This record gives sequence, C-alpha cells and structure tokens, in this order.
Amino acid sequence: MQLARVIGDVVVTRKDEKLSGVTLLVLQPLAADGSKAGRTLVAVDSVGAGVGETVFFVRGKEASFPFYPVEVPADAGVVGIVDHWDVE
Amino acid sequence: MLLARVVGTVVATRKDPRLVSNKLLIARPMDPHGKPEGNYVVALDTVDAGVGETVLIVSGSSARMAAGMKDCPVDAAIVGIVDVVDVPAGD
Repeated sequence: MQLARVIGDVVVTRKDEKLSGVTLLVLQPLAADGSKAGRTLVAVDSVGAGVGETVFFVRGKEASFPFYPVEVPADAGVVGIVDHWDVE
Repeated sequence: MLLARVVGTVVATRKDPRLVSNKLLIARPMDPHGKPEGNYVVALDTVDAGVGETVLIVSGSSARMAAGMKDCPVDAAIVGIVDVVDVPAGD
C-alpha cells in the first residue's frame, strides 16, 4: 500500500456497469515526508475519502476486494483515510 | 487506473481467438490537466470509445474484470469515457 493525497475526482457517465455508483478519485502518491512521489492515478473509493485528505491505497486486483462479490474493474483503490503518520 | 486520450485504432487480423470481435485502441496516458505522460498503450475497448475522447484505462490482471473480458489475454481495458476531471487548483 502507498500513501497519497486526494487531489480531485473524475466524472464518468459511460462506463462499465460494475463501476456504477463507485466514486473515482484522482490521487497524488506521496513520499514519507509528504512530498509528491510519482505520477497521479485514478482510484476507486470504498471508504468515503474526499479531496484534500491523505489516504492509503492498494494497487492491483486487490483494489476490487472491498466491493466483493461485485468484481469492479479497478487496479487501484483507496482503503483507508490517514489521521496522521510519523516517520523517525 | 489511468486517464488517457484515445489517439488511434489497431487492426489485427491474426490474433488470439479470445480477442476476436474486440476493438483495440491506442491511447496516450495523461495527467489530470491533460498533459501527455508516459508511453502509448494498446487497450481493449469495452465502452465504445472513439478517437479524441478521454478515457479511463484499467491495467494489469484487473483488466480481465471488465465486461466480457473473462479469460482474455489483456492487460489494459478501457472501462469508462471521462466527462470531467475535477482537480481544484494547486495540484
């Protein structure tokens, strides 16, 4: 899993029907010091995250597991909202 | 998933039988502001997208979870046509 900041959302009307009702967020992955780390991506949301929040997300097929038994076609998914993190 | 702009089509007569009757498109990944980034990808289209449209591409084994892609040898599938990418200023 990786830390990221939610920087936006995506509106998609015409889509795979299994994506109906699923929120799509634009994420900016973060390094441990909070700086930007890598390219932005679009992820499905299963925890109710919003723009401006820091979250952690999974990559790969596991992104669809929160929606089980529906097999949502997603390769990235927000699975937690970060309250705070500490790095020594 | 990736945001990308569809820039072309691929015609392939000889291909894996499970890919028959599927449409292949060439797309250029882009950032939320529309700036192209990264290499072009060939993606299987499941939502009837066309050249010039902004689409959502799912990659890796998750691409097989798109409609009708079960057991297809595919690692990129177009699963949505993007209306709006809303990124507040500053990012």
